[in-house]
Amino acid sequence: MTSRAFAAAMVALFAAVALLFSAMPETMAQQVTPTASSVQEDELLRALQTGENVSGRVSIPDRQAGELIKPDNKGWADLSQGTLQTFAVGILVVALIGLALFYFIRGRIALEGGFSGRSILRFGWFERLAHWMLASTFIVLALTGLNLVIGRAVILPIVGENAFGTLSSWGKIAHNYLAWPFMISLAIVFVLWIVHNIPGRIDLEWIKQGGGFMKKGVHPPAKKFNAGQKIVFWCVVLGGAAMSYTGVMLLFPHLAGTGADWQFYQVVHAVVAGLLSAVILGHIYIGTLGMEGAFDAMGKGEVDENWAEQHHSLWAREVKSAAVSPAKSDEAIAPAE
Amino acid sequence: MARMKFLCDADRCIECNACVTACKNEHEVPWGINRRRVVTINDGLPGERSVSMACMHCTDAPCAAVCPVNCFYTTDDGVVLHSKETCIGCGYCFYACPFGAPQYPRVSNFGTRGKMDKCTYCSGGPEADMTQAEYIQYGTNRLAEGKLPLCAEMCSTKALLAGDGDIIADIYRERVVTRGYGSGAWGWRTAYGETIQA
Ligand code: HEM
Ligand code: SF4
Ligand code: SF4
Repeated sequence: MTSRAFAAAMVALFAAVALLFSAMPETMAQQVTPTASSVQEDELLRALQTGENVSGRVSIPDRQAGELIKPDNKGWADLSQGTLQTFAVGILVVALIGLALFYFIRGRIALEGGFSGRSILRFGWFERLAHWMLASTFIVLALTGLNLVIGRAVILPIVGENAFGTLSSWGKIAHNYLAWPFMISLAIVFVLWIVHNIPGRIDLEWIKQGGGFMKKGVHPPAKKFNAGQKIVFWCVVLGGAAMSYTGVMLLFPHLAGTGADWQFYQVVHAVVAGLLSAVILGHIYIGTLGMEGAFDAMGKGEVDENWAEQHHSLWAREVKSAAVSPAKSDEAIAPAE
Repeated sequence: MARMKFLCDADRCIECNACVTACKNEHEVPWGINRRRVVTINDGLPGERSVSMACMHCTDAPCAAVCPVNCFYTTDDGVVLHSKETCIGCGYCFYACPFGAPQYPRVSNFGTRGKMDKCTYCSGGPEADMTQAEYIQYGTNRLAEGKLPLCAEMCSTKALLAGDGDIIADIYRERVVTRGYGSGAWGWRTAYGETIQA
């Protein structure tokens, strides 16, 4: 390059730079009008849809920390502390009052004609093991869960902060670990009893007669499980599955997805817990206090023949005819008469 | 009594993260936990702003409302503190907090994550003030020493303000009037149900 060409190039360059600088102040002034261009918190909040957060970039490894403001979290806090608490207490109180009224009005459903002294095998040891595993884990799960909802209002004032903290942390551990045997026994019970719980035409008749609960001496026919028991079965299976699914999501938040998803599962978990507990209270009542002779079915595994005929007439007939001609069936062997 | 609050003037914050570092060092905050963080909104776009955020010490704190063991308490200064002795690490407060303040020392399922940790407004916990026991669990107690939170004290641009809510609101309002703009008192509406009108 000649020196003249070089000088010309330099002049051109300086001219260009000078031009750039002279143009600068105008564009700069436009860009730095902070009122026009700064992000406004109010605007960002206003633009949020439900479930959305004000978020940005963080330079720390925890990406979640980029969520700056999550206004909806307050809504969940109100819901879980207010409505859900009222719901849980409400449904349990209603269930208990209902059962108490039923007991005082209808009384214990007696075994008509008393015990015959002959018994029929109703549930084998494996069925009873599965049932009691499900029942005991359910009760612990329900109580430790309920503790999270109302323990603070009910138990804390009585035992004090330290004892309540210890109690609740044990409760939390119990809830987390007993969930697994609960799920296992739920699956076993489902497989064992689904054949007896397919809804059929005779269930309509049973329901029409109110299960015979309302009047003495009325006993609609039923197979191994009557319509009421089938309802309990499906409530436990479907409700238990819902509890298991939402519970696992609560336990492993990364499976649940966003915070809003976790909150949704928590609400479902709490609502289904309330409903299912009410159903189970009814189930416990009728299996113990409410009906003479019923507890033996799950206790000893054997029921009195009269009880079987009154409450499960078709099943009783089936079992007995199988016992008369044992060759036809490999079902449980009934004692010789 | 003063009602202590934080205020981040995003139009001053230069995202230097000194507040984040100061906090971690002052309280020897465990690995993986940042009691304070700086979030940059509209990163790289015109109007980008950075906001330093920690626990806002809310009025009617949602974390306190949902805690199943009631381990939160509000001090006379309006600071929201909690007892690690009672905390069961259930995670509820994390889902109730609008600012992502509660954090846990371990990443696993709730129940084995350990005790919740969050900003204490440099004022310790339920243990006796300025004791070793308090320091180990919650960090230093600068308020008891008559000092304000370190993050705000050492902010080089004075973007982050800590102190009585009315006083810092006045400072911010004056700034907005003088310079003619302000992107807002970040988090105030959500935490205190009010914002600062210039
Ligand atoms: C089947 C597997 C289950 C799993 C994995 C599970 C797990 C959980 C988890 C992780 C929580 C969140 C609270 C906490 O961190 O402790 C929770 C809460 C709760 N669970 Fe479960 N659970 C299960 C079954 C049940 C059952 C059968 C009940 C009985 C009714 C129940 C009742 C509750 C209740 C009432 C709460 C409190 C909800 C609230 O805070 O509003 N859970 N469960
Ligand atoms: S910012 Fe979060 S942790 Fe702090 S008081 Fe408010 S809800 Fe509680
Ligand atoms: S993690 Fe601790 S402080 Fe937070 S709600 Fe649960 S028990 Fe309370």
